[in-house]
Amino acid sequence: MPALPMTDSPPRPNRPVYLDNQATTRCDPRVVAVMLPWFTEQYGNPHSVEHVMGRTAEAAVETARGHVAALLGADPREIVFTSGATESNNIAIKGAARFAAKYGDNERRRIVTVATEHKCVLESVADLKDEGFEPVFLPVGADGLLDLDVLRDALTVPTLLVSVMAVNNEIGVIQDIPGLAAIAKEAGTLFHTDIAQAVGKIPVDLTGWRVDLASVSGHKIYGPKGVGALFVRRRPRARVLPLFSGGGQERGLRSGTLPAPLIVGLGEACRLAGEDMADDTARIAGLRDGLLERLLGLIPGIAVNGSVAHRIAGNLNVTFPESSALEMLERMPDLCVSTGSACSSAEVEPSYVLRALGLSDAAAGRTLRIGIGRFTSPADIDYAASALAAAHSGHHAAPLPEA
Amino acid sequence: MHYLDANASEPLRPEAKAAMAAAFEITGNPSSVHAAGRAARRVLEDAREKIAACFGARDQDVVFTSGGTEADALAVHALGAARRVTIGATEHDAIRAAAPSAAILPVDRQGVADLDALRSWLSAGPPALVCLMLANNETGTIQPIGEAAALCRAHGALLHVDAVQAAGRFPVSLAALGCHAIALSAHKLGGPKGVGALLLTPELTGIAPLIAGGGQERGRRGGTPALAAIAGFAAVTGLSAAQSRLAALRDRVEAAAVQHGAIVCGGQAPRLANTTALALPGVRADAQVIGMDLEGVAVSAGAACSSGKVQTSHVLTAMGLGSLAGQAIRVSLPWNVTDDAIDAFEAAYARMAARLRPALVPADA
Repeated sequence: MPALPMTDSPPRPNRPVYLDNQATTRCDPRVVAVMLPWFTEQYGNPHSVEHVMGRTAEAAVETARGHVAALLGADPREIVFTSGATESNNIAIKGAARFAAKYGDNERRRIVTVATEHKCVLESVADLKDEGFEPVFLPVGADGLLDLDVLRDALTVPTLLVSVMAVNNEIGVIQDIPGLAAIAKEAGTLFHTDIAQAVGKIPVDLTGWRVDLASVSGHKIYGPKGVGALFVRRRPRARVLPLFSGGGQERGLRSGTLPAPLIVGLGEACRLAGEDMADDTARIAGLRDGLLERLLGLIPGIAVNGSVAHRIAGNLNVTFPESSALEMLERMPDLCVSTGSACSSAEVEPSYVLRALGLSDAAAGRTLRIGIGRFTSPADIDYAASALAAAHSGHHAAPLPEA
Repeated sequence: MHYLDANASEPLRPEAKAAMAAAFEITGNPSSVHAAGRAARRVLEDAREKIAACFGARDQDVVFTSGGTEADALAVHALGAARRVTIGATEHDAIRAAAPSAAILPVDRQGVADLDALRSWLSAGPPALVCLMLANNETGTIQPIGEAAALCRAHGALLHVDAVQAAGRFPVSLAALGCHAIALSAHKLGGPKGVGALLLTPELTGIAPLIAGGGQERGRRGGTPALAAIAGFAAVTGLSAAQSRLAALRDRVEAAAVQHGAIVCGGQAPRLANTTALALPGVRADAQVIGMDLEGVAVSAGAACSSGKVQTSHVLTAMGLGSLAGQAIRVSLPWNVTDDAIDAFEAAYARMAARLRPALVPADA
């Protein structure tokens, strides 16, 4: 078992060791530094364009919009700021359905999504049943991927909207969004994709992918919590109704005072993601592969869930042969990993994502999600490997050594 | 630049900055069960406790939102289901847009809601939702919420109160007001933009979410909470500027404007100490605002949301001010307003009025 190479980089403060970067990420200190002046010195309301302080805030918002658009392969006019990906997903799915119900297309009542989507997508689609739509939840293969033919079959019934996430939050698998979107286009169906876990991890080209709607989160890409974005295609225009109205900001799609500082933070996070993606990905993949190699050596019989080939660099989702995941978590208080999605991590129910891959409840109960990110160091990986091995063999993990 | 547009956004208080800087150091997602998640959850729940205590609610009845607009929209969505709805004529656009087909409750010339009209409307039909703001964003007029709440309760109606402009300016308590819900916005009390809350009375459990998914906020609002912004919100909760000083400075602003021909809109009603709406007959509001901006004083023509396309104020129109409704600026003093800013306003207003007032109107009219 080869030792991981040590680097000369200064130790990063990561105590406890945080390997749950699909739940949320540390707000990058470079993002915080750019954001803080917008809280204190430039506090104008970006909608107060009648005075200079408002216009200054407005200009900062527009610069950030440009950064977001550049990273996504979109036009700045296609970016609507929201409070996060959950809100974006709600607007995209309910908004597209309600627009169609109100202004015309009453033929298409089917809304198609995938069993492994984030809760907020599943709930938004399911909620539309009460409004006369037909929710359809497609299965995935054992690798977590949606087969193109499965979508093609589903779309033989006239369908209003397809929603497929680009990268899964639990198992990190990358769906073939361009391929799926092309099938939707052929069928005359709108295509939405939740790219919260994809942005900054894989190159995103919304224009080239030919999607109509896409959802972005700030705090999954080393930006602040409480801000996100919705991509709404202009040509041909994707039409959605707002979830709520008011001052008419964001061209009426999303009312409410724009949080200029948080938006500046999201913009900077996107700018940095564009700059750092290649380096981050290579380094993170090295750490992830090293950790997996170590674990395979230390714990015979572990299995990785979901496609390894079609997977972001920072994710491992591992089923252990013996120990229950919850017991392992109790034995390693200095290591932050999770049993699945953060939203439901207080639940005792096995992950529905793992069930959709065909895992038994027992196997799902022995599974941990490990999320490696920009601030993970080789020392963190060393600690994680030994802590996981100890916890799996029924021992308490050694406390984290002093830095 | 002298900033006299606090009702659009209060300058951030240093307490909020410190709390946010600390919160940005916390990595975890408050829904995660590990140590990092628990640290984040502690920040979230401490904030919830402090805000609940300050505004007269139970911890579990605080629903964090992205701001006042979402809080108002959630209230109308959740409380207005299967109820007829009436809203005050001077409500914020967040309420007007959330209840586009609501009955409009008239106000008098001072902007105060007509409670006799409310009583007859409540008596006339099935269970209702009433939306009445505590303090108006354009004029500062304070509504008689206590009386309205008693009326609503007597008729089995729910009362939602947009307290966005009142909170932080005078003590606001959901329990003391007797209404069923209040909406708050952090950046109107010197906290950050991007967070607000809907506070509910204990009788309203299990409301239907507007933003679904994830199960956060007890299923009432999905999405990872804006942790740092919430910490900033809590840090400024309970802080308030000396209202007597603000009122004295506001009186100076009004005296100076009146001397140059302005009319104070709604000045006779109980109102916020920091706010005044000043109509200058014959001069379009946008011209006044731009004139003041060129003089280095930031004020607004009504609500900031609709800025960009200056319209006639629906608030002043509802108060029966006719053409003056398109000729009024809002001056709202921030918590950290300086005496110098008022001096600057006086000089700027004099020059602006001298330049823009129609020649036909005598200067001493």
